[in-house]
Amino acid sequence: MVSERDIEHIARLADIGITRDEVAEFTPQFNAILDYFDILDQVEGGEPPAPDAINVWREDEVLPSLTQDEVLGNAGASEDGFVKAPRVM
Amino acid sequence: MNVIIGLEIHCQLSTETKLFCGCSTDYRNDEPNTHVCPVCLGLPGALPRINRKAVEYGLRVAKALEMEVLEESEFARKNYFYPDLPKGFQITQYDRPLAVAGTLEIEDDEGHAKSVRITRIHMEEDPGRLVHMGGGDRARYSLVDYNRSGIPLIEIVTEPDLRSPQEARRFLNKLRTMLEYLGVFDGDREGALRVDANISLEGHERAEVKNISSYKGVEKALTFEITRQRNLVRRGQRIARETRHFQEARGITTSSRSKEEEHDYRYFTEPDLRPLRVRDWLEAIELPELPVARRNRFMAEYGISLNHARTLTGDLRLADFYEQVAAVDPALAATWVADTLLGELNYRSMGIGSVPPDRFAGLLRLIRDDAITDRGAVDVLRIMLDQCSRGEACETPAEIVRRQNLGKVTDDDFSAVVRRVLAAHPQAVEDYLSGKKGALNFLVGQAMKETRGRADPKAITRIMVECIGSEGGF
Ligand SMILES: [Zn+2]
Repeated sequence: MVSERDIEHIARLADIGITRDEVAEFTPQFNAILDYFDILDQVEGGEPPAPDAINVWREDEVLPSLTQDEVLGNAGASEDGFVKAPRVM
Repeated sequence: MNVIIGLEIHCQLSTETKLFCGCSTDYRNDEPNTHVCPVCLGLPGALPRINRKAVEYGLRVAKALEMEVLEESEFARKNYFYPDLPKGFQITQYDRPLAVAGTLEIEDDEGHAKSVRITRIHMEEDPGRLVHMGGGDRARYSLVDYNRSGIPLIEIVTEPDLRSPQEARRFLNKLRTMLEYLGVFDGDREGALRVDANISLEGHERAEVKNISSYKGVEKALTFEITRQRNLVRRGQRIARETRHFQEARGITTSSRSKEEEHDYRYFTEPDLRPLRVRDWLEAIELPELPVARRNRFMAEYGISLNHARTLTGDLRLADFYEQVAAVDPALAATWVADTLLGELNYRSMGIGSVPPDRFAGLLRLIRDDAITDRGAVDVLRIMLDQCSRGEACETPAEIVRRQNLGKVTDDDFSAVVRRVLAAHPQAVEDYLSGKKGALNFLVGQAMKETRGRADPKAITRIMVECIGSEGGF
C-alpha cells in the first residue's frame, strides 16, 4: 500500500511540487495502478526475454556537434554562451 | 588512534570522443557549449551509443590493477536533479560494474611495500561544469557549460586501506603514473582527476570529503580533516557522519549544507544500452611497460641508481625524455635530468614537455666533453629554459656558450690569469712560500673570481702551484 507520505517523497524526488489536495487525489490512483501490476505479475512465463544483443558499439570517431546558438536556443535563459540556471549549492 | 582512509578517484579517459556520442573531448580552449549534441544535452529521444575505445581503456586499467572483469556488466541510471546533469540522471554503473577486486602496491610511511585493495572500477559519464556567479555562497545563479557533459570517466574505488594523508598522496601519484603509462589518461589536463575521500578515526563515524581536484589538495584536505576529527574527539564531541566539501583556496573542509536528505538515486538498468560482455578481450590487451618494470630496466640498461631510476620513471614524459638523451652518457644524463633539470623546471613551474630533448642532449655533450664547467652548464640551462618558457626560438647550447662567453677557460688562459693574480698579491705569495698554506686558497679564490667561475678550481690550484714553484722568485 502506498501512503500519502510515499507520494510526497516521490514528488520530492521527481522535483515536482504538488498540493495537499493532489496528494489525496494521487494516493488512491497510485494504489490502483500498483494493484493492476499485481494482476500482471500472475501471468505465466514472467521471465524477461534474454537480451537479443550485447556489445553494441560505436567507434571513437568525432562527429559534428551543435552550434552554440542551437544549444542555447533550447535553454530558458543564457549568458555569455552559458546556460543560466537557478543557484545551486 | 588509527586513521582510516578510502578513496574514490574519478579519471577522465583520454578518448577522442565522449562516452555516448561523437562530440570531441578536446574542449578546454573552446567556447562553452560548443562540444554538445542532442545526446550529451539530454534532448528527448536522443539515444546513447557506447564508445568502444572507452571500454577498452577501462579494461586496460582493470588488467593493470589485476582485477576480475565481470562476465557481464551493464550501465544504470542514477537519478537526481542538478543543473549540470541535463537528463535528470547520470549514466553510470551500479551493481554490475566493469571490474572488481584488484590491488595496487605502494610504500607505507616506513617504506615497506603495502598492497592497497581496489574494490571496483566502473565507467560513467562526466556531468557538465557549473560556474557560480556572484561568488561562493552568495551566488545568485549558476552558469552551465555542457562541454564536459558525457566525457568518459572511470571511477576507481579503494578499500579503506590507507592510513595517512601521505600514503594517500603516494597512492594517487602511483595510480596517476600508471594511468599515464597505460595511455588512457592525461594528467596535465585541468580537472582530469578528481577525488572523494572517506576518512575516519578508528571507532568513530566517517566523513566523506568531496571536491578534491588536485594531487596536493588530497594531502591537504585529509590532513585538515584528521585534525578536525581529532579535536572533536578530544573535546568529547561526536563526529557526525556527513558529506563535507574541500575549499581548495582556504585549505579547509566545510559541512555541505544540504542535510544529505537520504539519497535515493533509484538506480535502474539503463534501458537504452545493451550489456557489456568483454571479459575475453583481456587476453588480447597488451599492457605497455609499467613504471616498476621500466625502473628496473633503467637500472639494468643504463646502470643508474635506484633513486635516479625511481625519479625518472615517476612520470611518463620524464622517462621518455631521459631515454631520448641517455645515449650521450647515461649516468651523466640521469644526474642532470633528475637532479638539476627537474629542480629548474619546478622553480619555473614548467613541464618537461617544453624542453627540446635535442637541445638538452647538446648541453650534455658539452659537459661530457669538458667544454664547460658544471656551473657554466647550469647557466646555459637556465638561459635555455627562460627562452623556452617565453616561447622563443631556443638557441643551441653551443650558441649560448659562445654568446655568453661561458666556455671553459683553457690552461693557457689560466696561466695568464694566474700570473696576473700572483703579481697583484705578492704578500700572499710570500705567506704561502713561508708555509702558510691558507694563502693559496686566497690566491685560487682571486683567480676564480677573474675567470667568473669558468675555471675548474683544481686546475687553477695545480697551475698556481706550478707557477709559484717555477718562478719561485715572486
Ligand atoms: Zn554529444
